[in-house]
Amino acid sequence: MKANPTLTCLLLLATVVVFAGQRGAAPGGQRPAPTNFPAQQRPPADAAIVARGKTLYEINCRSCHGADLRGGELGGPNLLRSQVTLNDKAGELIYPVVRDGRNALAASPMPAISIPEADSNAIAEYIHSILATSQRQGGPPPGPRPVLNLLVGDAAAGKAYFDARCGSCHSATGDLRNIGERIPDPMQLQNSWLAGNAAGARGGNANPVTVTVTVMQSDGGKVEGRLGRIDDFIVVVTLPDTTSRSFRRQGNDPKVEVHDPRDAHRSLLPQYTDGDIHNVTAYLVTLK
Amino acid sequence: MKRTVRFLLAATLLLPAIITAQTQGGLDPASLLKPLADSWPTYSGDYTGRRYSALKQVDRSTVRNLTLGWTVRLNPATGIGTIVGGEGLEEYAPAGITEKGAILMVDGVIYPTAPDHVWALDARDGRQLWHYYWKTRGGTHIANRGVAIWHDYLYFETPDNYLVSLEAKTGKERWHVPIASFEEQYFSTMAPVVVGDHLIVGTGNDLDAPGFLSSYDPVTGKLQWKFYTVPMNPGDPGLETWPNLDAARHGGGFAWLPGSYDPETRLYIFGTANPTPGYTGAGRPGDNLFTCSLIAVNVDTGKMAWYFQTSVHDTHDWDSAQTPVLIDGVIDGRQRKLVSTAARNGYFFTLDRVTGEHIVTSKYGSTTNWAKGLRPSGVVEPDPAKEATIPGSLVSPVEGGVTNWPPPAYSPDTGLFYVQEHNGFNMLYLTDPDPRGSMGLAGKQPFNLGSLGDYLTAIDYKTGKVAWRHKFYGGGAGGVLTTAGGIVFSGDGSGNFAAFDARTGDPVWHTRIGNISNAPQTYVLDGRQHVLVAVGDTLYDFLIY
Repeated sequence: MKANPTLTCLLLLATVVVFAGQRGAAPGGQRPAPTNFPAQQRPPADAAIVARGKTLYEINCRSCHGADLRGGELGGPNLLRSQVTLNDKAGELIYPVVRDGRNALAASPMPAISIPEADSNAIAEYIHSILATSQRQGGPPPGPRPVLNLLVGDAAAGKAYFDARCGSCHSATGDLRNIGERIPDPMQLQNSWLAGNAAGARGGNANPVTVTVTVMQSDGGKVEGRLGRIDDFIVVVTLPDTTSRSFRRQGNDPKVEVHDPRDAHRSLLPQYTDGDIHNVTAYLVTLK
Repeated sequence: MKRTVRFLLAATLLLPAIITAQTQGGLDPASLLKPLADSWPTYSGDYTGRRYSALKQVDRSTVRNLTLGWTVRLNPATGIGTIVGGEGLEEYAPAGITEKGAILMVDGVIYPTAPDHVWALDARDGRQLWHYYWKTRGGTHIANRGVAIWHDYLYFETPDNYLVSLEAKTGKERWHVPIASFEEQYFSTMAPVVVGDHLIVGTGNDLDAPGFLSSYDPVTGKLQWKFYTVPMNPGDPGLETWPNLDAARHGGGFAWLPGSYDPETRLYIFGTANPTPGYTGAGRPGDNLFTCSLIAVNVDTGKMAWYFQTSVHDTHDWDSAQTPVLIDGVIDGRQRKLVSTAARNGYFFTLDRVTGEHIVTSKYGSTTNWAKGLRPSGVVEPDPAKEATIPGSLVSPVEGGVTNWPPPAYSPDTGLFYVQEHNGFNMLYLTDPDPRGSMGLAGKQPFNLGSLGDYLTAIDYKTGKVAWRHKFYGGGAGGVLTTAGGIVFSGDGSGNFAAFDARTGDPVWHTRIGNISNAPQTYVLDGRQHVLVAVGDTLYDFLIY
């Protein structure tokens, strides 16, 4: 009962480490590797100067470069990925651009802005203070997360799909009763039902997935239990009394059958359309 | 006829190197032109990227006698015998070590690496000869893919973007030169590739920046040429595939894995990474050349000879940086010089490597679902509905791809291309719907729905059809090696390092040393064939006594 979720976790972790974390992630169990670049390493400037720079930015720069520095409607480029701002130390690269303007590369030319060098340097400090909050893997500074509506599906179509395709194993009045209340976040609800995640079922985590295995020996004997682990060379069976037995495998000898309840859900993944998924989710949120 | 031409060509190319070699010791770069056998002198073993060794001592029947010669744990601690370089602060040094690259073997010495570390070990017993440690300024410490060797000198890249040259015998630093801007958040992991008197170098970056490949003089460290993989100036080729120059100049396409090299055409062929921002393509409509492409550049000039885009307008971080594999084969009765790649996006391609002419596109990822079909050019047409969306889109493969950096292999004996295949689905949500797009790899939230099968997969390069799949119970990684002994060595993701019959994929030997973290290698020492592989920070040497 416990070995399988652990295995799943390990597999998931392995997947995350090996595949998802190709860049930026530290290998499991190690102290996080340094991910700091100069923009994050720079000591913060005097808060008063940054505040003055922010005001000056709002007046002189915001309309073109955007409130979030990521570029604006008037065509000013994103300052959070700009070679000028990233290489600037204390305003020395930014001031010449402010003073003289720049048009070679921008979609719209940057006009010269006649402000004192000290003001330009205060703006530079403000830009650096925002750059310092940039996230790993090139992500922009965290802003307020936009409110996004995931519920674009048709609940009636979702119910029809559910009745036809899910109803033989699940019931809106049984295991999924009140699922829309138990998992109020639509994204979490959608992820849970797609994964066949037992955490979403009644009783939450009390009902984890159990993978079982049957080993058919050449003398006709059968050994059944929970799957400990399996590869080309060994299968480990955990017996009801919690002891385990292992069998050497060579090709199809002994014959082994693995029963993973998640297979039913996984085998559906290549069959869903995104529309099916959104419809079913729109239906499941109504189960309250 | 063809052979004579080749011999003459090779002889002409070798001549200057032979003259140089009389005055210099160590590894003559001309020896990299030889087929892979006794040593392992460059990232892929030789220039072809095939990872096919001509060695036969270990074959399908003798492999059962393979036994452990030695094992050693790489020690990152600085102490007696450690040579310290670098410009950074000690506090940025990572504590752990994982070998994820090639371990060169030349003259009985192996050179394993990790970010900021190079070791020289005696290949006979794993004993440390020297250890070089680079004090880093920071940056992304994801991997180091190994050193390059030119005569008596070693070269490696650091996460804070230096190319460092060491004396191979002592580990003493000769010089270091910056190869990319640390301020612009580049980080460097690639194993440099020696081609004659060129040292080919690439870098990575996660922030929106331009990708490039450059060549340095192995003696002086002086830049010879720099090739940008995205348009950088008005009028540059490919600019029409971007909305504007600003988008192109922040468009990614990093060259972060070694390429292959064809001495007859003097073309260095390499893959480029995804366009940036990675997941939000709203701000960069168009095909986004030359990201996610196979590119051939002349090694002397750095000028592009041809390209083929393996993903147009990628929006899933599916780099196509994989090391391409050079194959001499027969297509429709004609002997052809080919190049094949199994891309992270689940598609396999074979091209003519002289002209870039398209020959084969096939889907090898069993559950890959992001495309609408093929263009007449053989380019895969992406389905915009499979980009990250607010209500979520069900996408296969997951962000790591069907394959990734772990290198594939090709055996001329079987005509099969071997790759570790990973299938899975993500529910992919758009979390930053800003019409300007997000930055870097941000703006999305993936939810991994689990594995839909991992395999050792053998592909017919002529048709792209899968000849067989051998199921892994875990996720295979590290990469593969094939040999004239009829074997494919691979990890199985369940903690076994295993040998498979190259014709069928049936396992013929295994040892449970843990999940391998780099591609297995093989070479000869004292007349015996060795097999070397790493599991994290531990190296294992196998041989038959």
